[in-house]
Amino acid sequence: MSHLLPWLTGLLCFTMLVAAIVAIRDKSMPVAILAAGLVSLVASILFLILASPDVAMTEAAIGSGLTTFLLFFVLGRLRAGEHDGEQP
Amino acid sequence: MIKRFIAVVLLAAFAAVFATLLFGYTPDTELNLTARYYAERTAADLGAANIVTAIVVTYRGLDTLGEVTVLFLAASIVGLVLAQDTHKTPRARVPVGELLTTGTRFLVPLILLLGVYVFVNGHLTPGGGFQGGAIIASGILLTLLADPLKHFGHGLISAIESVAGIFYVAIGLAGLLLAGGFLDNRILPLGNVGELFSAGAIPVIYSLIGLKVGAEFASILASLSDTEEL
Amino acid sequence: MAHLAMATGFLLILIGAYGALTQRNLLRMIIAFTIADSGVNLVIVAVGYMRGRTAPIIDNAVSAAAAVQRIIDPVPQALVLTAIVIGVGVTALMLAYAYRLYAQKRSLDIRDFTELKG
Repeated sequence: MSHLLPWLTGLLCFTMLVAAIVAIRDKSMPVAILAAGLVSLVASILFLILASPDVAMTEAAIGSGLTTFLLFFVLGRLRAGEHDGEQP
Repeated sequence: MIKRFIAVVLLAAFAAVFATLLFGYTPDTELNLTARYYAERTAADLGAANIVTAIVVTYRGLDTLGEVTVLFLAASIVGLVLAQDTHKTPRARVPVGELLTTGTRFLVPLILLLGVYVFVNGHLTPGGGFQGGAIIASGILLTLLADPLKHFGHGLISAIESVAGIFYVAIGLAGLLLAGGFLDNRILPLGNVGELFSAGAIPVIYSLIGLKVGAEFASILASLSDTEEL
Repeated sequence: MAHLAMATGFLLILIGAYGALTQRNLLRMIIAFTIADSGVNLVIVAVGYMRGRTAPIIDNAVSAAAAVQRIIDPVPQALVLTAIVIGVGVTALMLAYAYRLYAQKRSLDIRDFTELKG
Protein backbone atom coordinates (compact mmCIF):
# COMPACT_ATOMS: atom_id res chain seq x y z
CA MET A 1 0.00 0.00 0.00
CA SER A 2 2.69 2.45 0.89
CA HIS A 3 4.44 2.14 -2.46
CA LEU A 4 1.17 3.18 -4.11
CA LEU A 5 0.93 6.26 -1.95
CA PRO A 6 3.00 8.64 -4.13
CA TRP A 7 0.92 7.64 -7.16
CA LEU A 8 -2.29 8.20 -5.22
CA THR A 9 -1.04 11.58 -4.07
CA GLY A 10 -0.11 12.50 -7.63
CA LEU A 11 -3.55 11.49 -8.90
CA LEU A 12 -5.30 13.49 -6.18
CA CYS A 13 -3.20 16.58 -6.86
CA PHE A 14 -3.96 16.36 -10.57
CA THR A 15 -7.69 16.03 -9.84
CA MET A 16 -7.54 19.05 -7.58
CA LEU A 17 -5.83 21.23 -10.18
CA VAL A 18 -8.27 20.21 -12.94
CA ALA A 19 -11.22 20.92 -10.64
CA ALA A 20 -9.77 24.33 -9.71
CA ILE A 21 -9.38 25.29 -13.37
CA VAL A 22 -12.95 24.14 -14.09
CA ALA A 23 -14.20 26.23 -11.15
CA ILE A 24 -12.61 29.34 -12.59
CA ARG A 25 -13.37 28.88 -16.25
CA ASP A 26 -16.73 27.17 -16.56
CA LYS A 27 -19.66 29.16 -17.86
CA SER A 28 -22.35 27.76 -15.61
CA MET A 29 -22.33 28.75 -11.94
CA PRO A 30 -23.59 25.51 -10.31
CA VAL A 31 -20.81 23.58 -12.02
CA ALA A 32 -18.25 26.09 -10.75
CA ILE A 33 -19.53 25.81 -7.17
CA LEU A 34 -19.50 22.03 -7.32
CA ALA A 35 -15.95 22.07 -8.65
CA ALA A 36 -14.87 24.27 -5.74
CA GLY A 37 -16.50 21.79 -3.36
CA LEU A 38 -14.55 19.01 -5.05
CA VAL A 39 -11.29 20.93 -4.52
CA SER A 40 -12.09 21.13 -0.80
CA LEU A 41 -12.97 17.45 -0.61
CA VAL A 42 -9.78 16.30 -2.29
CA ALA A 43 -7.80 18.67 -0.07
CA SER A 44 -9.37 16.92 2.92
CA ILE A 45 -8.16 13.53 1.63
CA LEU A 46 -4.69 14.99 1.07
CA PHE A 47 -4.64 16.24 4.64
CA LEU A 48 -5.28 12.67 5.77
CA ILE A 49 -2.39 11.38 3.65
CA LEU A 50 -0.20 14.09 5.23
CA ALA A 51 -0.97 12.61 8.69
CA SER A 52 -3.30 15.38 9.95
CA PRO A 53 -6.67 13.84 10.88
CA ASP A 54 -7.91 16.90 12.82
CA VAL A 55 -7.40 19.21 9.88
CA ALA A 56 -8.96 16.65 7.50
CA MET A 57 -12.14 16.50 9.57
CA THR A 58 -12.37 20.26 9.84
CA GLU A 59 -11.84 20.81 6.12
CA ALA A 60 -14.38 18.14 5.18
CA ALA A 61 -17.07 19.48 7.51
CA ILE A 62 -16.50 23.19 7.03
CA GLY A 63 -14.81 23.67 3.67
CA SER A 64 -16.61 21.05 1.67
CA GLY A 65 -19.96 21.10 3.46
CA LEU A 66 -20.76 24.55 4.75
CA THR A 67 -19.03 26.66 2.08
CA THR A 68 -20.65 24.78 -0.80
CA PHE A 69 -24.04 25.09 0.86
CA LEU A 70 -23.56 28.83 1.50
CA LEU A 71 -22.59 29.44 -2.13
CA PHE A 72 -25.58 27.50 -3.47
CA PHE A 73 -27.91 29.23 -1.05
CA VAL A 74 -26.86 32.72 -2.09
CA LEU A 75 -26.90 31.67 -5.75
CA GLY A 76 -30.50 30.59 -5.28
CA ARG A 77 -31.38 33.96 -3.81
CA LEU A 78 -29.70 35.85 -6.64
CA ARG A 79 -31.34 34.03 -9.47
CA ALA A 80 -31.12 36.61 -12.20
CA GLY A 81 -27.53 37.65 -11.56
CA GLU A 82 -26.19 34.28 -12.58
CA HIS A 83 -25.16 35.25 -16.05
CA ASP A 84 -23.96 38.77 -15.43
CA GLY A 85 -20.46 39.88 -16.12
CA GLU A 86 -18.91 36.67 -17.36
CA GLN A 87 -15.65 36.54 -19.18
CA PRO A 88 -16.18 37.24 -22.89
CA MET B 1 -6.45 43.49 -22.29
CA ILE B 2 -3.86 45.56 -20.46
CA LYS B 3 -5.45 44.50 -17.20
CA ARG B 4 -5.06 40.84 -18.01
CA PHE B 5 -1.48 41.37 -19.01
CA ILE B 6 -0.71 43.07 -15.70
CA ALA B 7 -2.46 40.26 -13.83
CA VAL B 8 -0.38 37.65 -15.65
CA VAL B 9 2.86 39.53 -14.94
CA LEU B 10 1.95 39.78 -11.25
CA LEU B 11 1.17 36.07 -11.07
CA ALA B 12 4.45 35.25 -12.82
CA ALA B 13 6.28 37.21 -10.13
CA PHE B 14 4.42 35.28 -7.44
CA ALA B 15 5.23 32.03 -9.21
CA ALA B 16 8.93 32.92 -9.20
CA VAL B 17 8.83 33.55 -5.44
CA PHE B 18 6.95 30.30 -4.84
CA ALA B 19 9.40 28.35 -6.98
CA THR B 20 12.29 29.72 -4.94
CA LEU B 21 10.55 28.66 -1.73
CA LEU B 22 9.72 25.23 -3.10
CA PHE B 23 13.16 24.35 -4.37
CA GLY B 24 14.90 25.65 -1.29
CA TYR B 25 12.76 23.58 1.06
CA THR B 26 14.23 20.50 2.72
CA PRO B 27 11.96 18.65 5.15
CA ASP B 28 13.17 18.29 8.72
CA THR B 29 14.30 14.94 10.02
CA GLU B 30 13.94 15.74 13.71
CA LEU B 31 11.28 17.72 15.50
CA ASN B 32 12.21 21.31 16.20
CA LEU B 33 12.41 22.67 19.74
CA THR B 34 8.79 23.77 20.13
CA ALA B 35 7.36 20.53 18.74
CA ARG B 36 9.72 18.50 20.90
CA TYR B 37 8.52 20.36 23.99
CA TYR B 38 4.89 19.73 23.12
CA ALA B 39 5.52 16.07 22.28
CA GLU B 40 7.36 15.34 25.50
CA ARG B 41 5.29 17.27 27.98
CA THR B 42 1.66 16.97 26.84
CA ALA B 43 0.85 13.56 28.29
CA ALA B 44 2.62 14.23 31.57
CA ASP B 45 1.60 17.85 32.18
CA LEU B 46 -1.86 18.04 30.68
CA GLY B 47 -3.05 14.46 30.44
CA ALA B 48 -4.42 14.91 26.94
CA ALA B 49 -3.92 12.26 24.26
CA ASN B 50 -4.54 14.51 21.27
CA ILE B 51 -1.60 16.91 21.11
CA VAL B 52 -3.23 19.25 18.58
CA THR B 53 -6.19 19.68 20.94
CA ALA B 54 -3.84 20.41 23.82
CA ILE B 55 -2.11 23.09 21.76
CA VAL B 56 -5.34 24.70 20.55
CA VAL B 57 -7.07 24.74 23.94
CA THR B 58 -4.30 25.14 26.50
CA TYR B 59 -0.85 25.98 25.19
CA ARG B 60 -2.14 28.52 22.68
CA GLY B 61 -5.61 29.02 24.13
CA LEU B 62 -5.52 32.78 23.79
CA ASP B 63 -5.34 32.45 19.98
CA THR B 64 -8.46 30.30 20.08
CA LEU B 65 -10.24 32.90 22.15
CA GLY B 66 -9.29 35.47 19.52
CA GLU B 67 -10.54 33.23 16.74
CA VAL B 68 -13.89 32.66 18.43
CA THR B 69 -14.15 36.44 18.75
CA VAL B 70 -13.47 36.89 15.02
CA LEU B 71 -16.17 34.34 14.19
CA PHE B 72 -18.61 36.11 16.50
CA LEU B 73 -17.79 39.37 14.77
CA ALA B 74 -18.40 37.82 11.33
CA ALA B 75 -21.76 36.39 12.43
CA SER B 76 -22.83 39.75 13.90
CA ILE B 77 -21.84 41.67 10.77
CA VAL B 78 -23.71 39.23 8.54
CA GLY B 79 -26.78 39.70 10.73
CA LEU B 80 -26.36 43.47 10.58
CA VAL B 81 -25.80 43.71 6.81
CA LEU B 82 -28.74 41.46 5.98
CA ALA B 83 -31.13 42.98 8.52
CA GLN B 84 -32.75 45.30 6.03
CA ASP B 85 -33.58 42.53 3.61
CA THR B 86 -35.80 40.37 5.80
CA HIS B 87 -38.82 39.36 3.84
CA LYS B 88 -42.01 41.03 4.89
CA THR B 89 -44.65 39.17 2.90
CA PRO B 90 -45.20 35.50 3.76
CA ARG B 91 -43.83 33.19 1.11
CA ALA B 92 -45.87 30.54 -0.62
CA ARG B 93 -45.38 27.07 0.76
CA VAL B 94 -43.29 24.89 -1.53
CA PRO B 95 -43.95 21.13 -1.26
CA VAL B 96 -40.67 19.58 -0.28
CA GLY B 97 -41.22 15.90 -0.76
CA GLU B 98 -41.82 13.15 1.72
CA LEU B 99 -38.40 11.57 1.39
CA LEU B 100 -36.68 14.72 2.59
CA THR B 101 -39.08 15.32 5.46
CA THR B 102 -39.02 11.79 6.81
CA GLY B 103 -35.29 11.45 6.27
CA THR B 104 -34.71 14.70 8.15
CA ARG B 105 -36.76 13.57 11.12
CA PHE B 106 -34.68 10.42 11.27
CA LEU B 107 -31.27 11.91 10.63
CA VAL B 108 -31.17 15.17 12.57
CA PRO B 109 -31.02 13.62 16.08
CA LEU B 110 -28.25 11.29 14.88
CA ILE B 111 -26.29 14.17 13.39
CA LEU B 112 -26.60 16.20 16.59
CA LEU B 113 -25.49 13.16 18.59
CA LEU B 114 -22.46 12.73 16.34
CA GLY B 115 -21.56 16.40 16.77
CA VAL B 116 -21.77 16.17 20.55
CA TYR B 117 -19.71 12.95 20.52
CA VAL B 118 -17.01 14.58 18.42
CA PHE B 119 -16.51 17.54 20.68
CA VAL B 120 -16.79 15.67 23.94
CA ASN B 121 -14.06 13.26 22.82
CA GLY B 122 -11.84 15.97 21.43
CA HIS B 123 -8.97 15.24 23.79
CA LEU B 124 -8.81 11.52 22.94
CA THR B 125 -9.43 11.13 19.22
CA PRO B 126 -9.17 13.46 16.26
CA GLY B 127 -11.95 15.95 16.53
CA GLY B 128 -12.88 18.68 18.90
CA GLY B 129 -14.96 21.79 19.19
CA PHE B 130 -14.69 23.19 15.67
CA GLN B 131 -15.51 19.94 13.92
CA GLY B 132 -18.35 19.19 16.34
CA GLY B 133 -19.76 22.68 15.95
CA ALA B 134 -19.70 22.37 12.16
CA ILE B 135 -21.48 19.01 12.33
CA ILE B 136 -24.18 20.50 14.56
CA ALA B 137 -24.58 23.38 12.12
CA SER B 138 -25.04 20.82 9.31
CA GLY B 139 -27.84 19.23 11.29
CA ILE B 140 -29.57 22.57 11.64
CA LEU B 141 -29.01 23.19 7.93
CA LEU B 142 -30.84 19.94 7.15
CA THR B 143 -33.90 21.12 9.08
CA LEU B 144 -33.67 24.34 7.10
CA LEU B 145 -33.73 22.44 3.80
CA ALA B 146 -36.65 20.27 4.82
CA ASP B 147 -38.79 23.14 6.00
CA PRO B 148 -37.89 26.35 4.18
CA LEU B 149 -40.56 28.38 5.95
CA LYS B 150 -39.26 27.56 9.38
CA HIS B 151 -38.37 30.70 11.21
CA PHE B 152 -35.38 30.25 13.46
CA GLY B 153 -35.62 31.83 16.84
CA HIS B 154 -32.64 34.15 16.92
CA GLY B 155 -33.26 34.38 20.66
CA LEU B 156 -32.38 30.76 21.41
CA ILE B 157 -29.28 30.76 19.20
CA SER B 158 -27.88 33.96 20.64
CA ALA B 159 -28.69 32.79 24.19
CA ILE B 160 -26.66 29.59 23.66
CA GLU B 161 -23.84 31.56 22.09
CA SER B 162 -23.67 34.16 24.86
CA VAL B 163 -23.84 31.63 27.70
CA ALA B 164 -21.14 29.47 26.14
CA GLY B 165 -18.91 32.49 25.63
CA ILE B 166 -19.35 33.74 29.19
CA PHE B 167 -18.57 30.33 30.66
CA TYR B 168 -15.51 29.98 28.42
CA VAL B 169 -14.01 33.21 29.74
CA ALA B 170 -15.09 32.32 33.28
CA ILE B 171 -13.20 29.02 33.12
CA GLY B 172 -10.20 30.88 31.76
CA LEU B 173 -10.29 33.28 34.69
CA ALA B 174 -10.73 30.36 37.10
CA GLY B 175 -7.53 28.96 35.66
CA LEU B 176 -5.87 32.26 36.50
CA LEU B 177 -7.05 32.08 40.12
CA LEU B 178 -6.75 28.37 40.86
CA ALA B 179 -3.93 27.10 38.67
CA GLY B 180 -0.99 28.29 36.58
CA GLY B 181 -2.48 30.91 34.28
CA PHE B 182 -5.29 31.95 31.98
CA LEU B 183 -7.05 28.92 30.46
CA ASP B 184 -4.90 26.47 32.36
CA ASN B 185 -6.66 23.15 32.39
CA ARG B 186 -5.36 21.90 35.72
CA ILE B 187 -8.29 23.31 37.67
CA LEU B 188 -9.95 19.90 37.28
CA PRO B 189 -8.17 16.60 38.08
CA LEU B 190 -5.98 15.24 35.32
CA GLY B 191 -6.83 11.55 35.49
CA ASN B 192 -5.18 8.91 33.29
CA VAL B 193 -4.32 9.56 29.68
CA GLY B 194 -6.92 7.95 27.43
CA GLU B 195 -9.97 8.00 29.63
CA LEU B 196 -13.01 10.15 29.02
CA PHE B 197 -12.76 12.09 32.27
CA SER B 198 -9.15 13.10 31.91
CA ALA B 199 -7.16 16.12 30.77
CA GLY B 200 -8.63 18.43 33.36
CA ALA B 201 -10.79 21.17 31.93
CA ILE B 202 -10.02 20.49 28.23
CA PRO B 203 -13.28 18.57 27.49
CA VAL B 204 -15.30 21.30 29.22
CA ILE B 205 -13.57 24.12 27.36
CA TYR B 206 -13.80 22.36 24.02
CA SER B 207 -17.48 21.56 24.52
CA LEU B 208 -18.16 25.23 25.17
CA ILE B 209 -16.16 26.20 22.08
CA GLY B 210 -18.11 23.62 20.05
CA LEU B 211 -21.46 24.99 21.19
CA LYS B 212 -20.39 28.56 20.53
CA VAL B 213 -19.04 27.83 17.04
CA GLY B 214 -22.14 25.76 16.17
CA ALA B 215 -24.39 28.56 17.38
CA GLU B 216 -22.49 31.12 15.33
CA PHE B 217 -22.71 29.08 12.13
CA ALA B 218 -26.42 28.56 12.81
CA SER B 219 -26.85 32.29 13.28
CA ILE B 220 -25.21 32.97 9.91
CA LEU B 221 -27.52 30.42 8.28
CA ALA B 222 -30.57 31.89 10.01
CA SER B 223 -29.69 35.41 8.86
CA LEU B 224 -29.26 34.20 5.29
CA SER B 225 -32.49 32.23 5.32
CA ASP B 226 -34.53 35.22 6.44
CA THR B 227 -33.65 37.20 3.34
CA GLU B 228 -36.07 37.47 0.49
CA GLU B 229 -35.49 36.17 -2.98
CA LEU B 230 -34.37 38.84 -5.43
CA MET C 1 5.32 13.73 -0.92
CA ALA C 2 5.47 16.96 1.00
CA HIS C 3 7.02 18.59 -2.06
CA LEU C 4 4.16 17.40 -4.25
CA ALA C 5 1.52 18.70 -1.87
CA MET C 6 3.36 21.98 -1.46
CA ALA C 7 3.66 22.47 -5.23
CA THR C 8 -0.07 21.76 -5.61
CA GLY C 9 -0.83 24.25 -2.86
CA PHE C 10 1.23 26.95 -4.57
CA LEU C 11 -0.50 26.25 -7.89
CA LEU C 12 -3.91 26.50 -6.22
CA ILE C 13 -2.95 29.89 -4.78
CA LEU C 14 -1.95 31.07 -8.26
CA ILE C 15 -5.16 29.75 -9.85
CA GLY C 16 -7.28 31.36 -7.15
CA ALA C 17 -5.45 34.68 -7.50
CA TYR C 18 -5.86 34.59 -11.28
CA GLY C 19 -9.58 33.96 -10.90
CA ALA C 20 -9.96 36.78 -8.40
CA LEU C 21 -8.08 39.23 -10.64
CA THR C 22 -9.69 38.51 -14.00
CA GLN C 23 -13.29 37.46 -13.34
CA ARG C 24 -16.04 40.06 -13.41
CA ASN C 25 -18.86 38.23 -11.66
CA LEU C 26 -18.83 38.71 -7.88
CA LEU C 27 -19.74 35.12 -7.07
CA ARG C 28 -16.92 33.80 -9.22
CA MET C 29 -14.46 36.02 -7.39
CA ILE C 30 -15.68 34.57 -4.10
CA ILE C 31 -15.22 31.03 -5.42
CA ALA C 32 -11.67 31.93 -6.50
CA PHE C 33 -10.93 33.19 -2.98
CA THR C 34 -12.09 29.92 -1.43
CA ILE C 35 -9.81 27.99 -3.78
CA ALA C 36 -6.84 30.19 -2.81
CA ASP C 37 -7.73 29.58 0.86
CA SER C 38 -7.56 25.82 0.37
CA GLY C 39 -4.19 26.24 -1.33
CA VAL C 40 -2.72 28.21 1.56
CA ASN C 41 -3.90 25.66 4.10
CA LEU C 42 -2.41 22.85 2.04
CA VAL C 43 0.99 24.56 1.95
CA ILE C 44 1.06 25.12 5.71
CA VAL C 45 0.13 21.52 6.53
CA ALA C 46 2.68 20.22 4.03
CA VAL C 47 5.44 22.11 5.87
CA GLY C 48 4.78 20.12 9.02
CA TYR C 49 4.93 16.69 7.39
CA MET C 50 7.90 14.43 8.07
CA ARG C 51 8.64 11.22 6.25
CA GLY C 52 7.89 7.97 8.04
CA ARG C 53 6.11 9.54 10.97
CA THR C 54 2.50 9.55 11.99
CA ALA C 55 -0.23 11.78 13.39
CA PRO C 56 0.32 13.57 16.73
CA ILE C 57 -2.10 11.51 18.81
CA ILE C 58 -1.02 9.33 21.71
CA ASP C 59 -2.87 6.02 21.69
CA ASN C 60 -2.11 2.30 21.33
CA ALA C 61 0.04 2.87 18.25
CA VAL C 62 2.19 5.68 19.63
CA SER C 63 3.00 5.61 23.33
CA ALA C 64 3.79 8.71 25.31
CA ALA C 65 7.43 7.77 25.78
CA ALA C 66 8.09 7.20 22.08
CA ALA C 67 6.14 10.25 20.94
CA VAL C 68 9.17 12.38 20.16
CA GLN C 69 10.44 9.90 17.56
CA ARG C 70 7.13 8.98 16.02
CA ILE C 71 4.97 12.04 15.47
CA ILE C 72 5.06 14.94 13.06
CA ASP C 73 5.05 18.60 13.98
CA PRO C 74 1.70 19.46 15.62
CA VAL C 75 1.97 23.26 15.48
CA PRO C 76 1.09 23.80 11.75
CA GLN C 77 -2.06 21.72 12.25
CA ALA C 78 -3.19 23.94 15.11
CA LEU C 79 -2.61 27.00 12.91
CA VAL C 80 -4.53 25.56 9.96
CA LEU C 81 -7.47 24.58 12.20
CA THR C 82 -7.97 28.23 13.06
CA ALA C 83 -7.38 29.34 9.48
CA ILE C 84 -10.08 27.09 8.00
CA VAL C 85 -12.74 28.30 10.41
CA ILE C 86 -11.91 31.95 9.83
CA GLY C 87 -11.86 31.30 6.09
CA VAL C 88 -15.48 30.18 6.11
CA GLY C 89 -16.42 33.17 8.29
CA VAL C 90 -14.88 35.54 5.75
CA THR C 91 -16.64 33.71 2.88
CA ALA C 92 -19.99 34.14 4.64
CA LEU C 93 -19.24 37.83 5.07
CA MET C 94 -18.35 38.24 1.37
CA LEU C 95 -21.57 36.50 0.37
CA ALA C 96 -23.64 38.80 2.59
CA TYR C 97 -22.03 41.82 0.91
CA ALA C 98 -22.66 40.33 -2.55
CA TYR C 99 -26.32 39.90 -1.67
CA ARG C 100 -26.55 43.48 -0.45
CA LEU C 101 -24.83 44.87 -3.56
CA TYR C 102 -27.17 42.90 -5.79
CA ALA C 103 -30.18 44.20 -3.85
CA GLN C 104 -28.89 47.72 -4.46
CA LYS C 105 -28.09 47.54 -8.17
CA ARG C 106 -29.53 44.30 -9.56
CA SER C 107 -26.21 43.34 -11.08
CA LEU C 108 -23.27 41.19 -10.06
CA ASP C 109 -20.83 42.68 -12.55
CA ILE C 110 -18.14 44.72 -10.81
CA ARG C 111 -17.90 47.11 -13.73
CA ASP C 112 -21.29 48.49 -12.65
CA PHE C 113 -20.08 49.55 -9.20
CA THR C 114 -18.18 52.72 -9.93
CA GLU C 115 -19.09 54.99 -7.00
CA LEU C 116 -15.62 54.93 -5.53
CA LYS C 117 -13.85 55.74 -8.78
CA GLY C 118 -12.24 59.16 -8.79
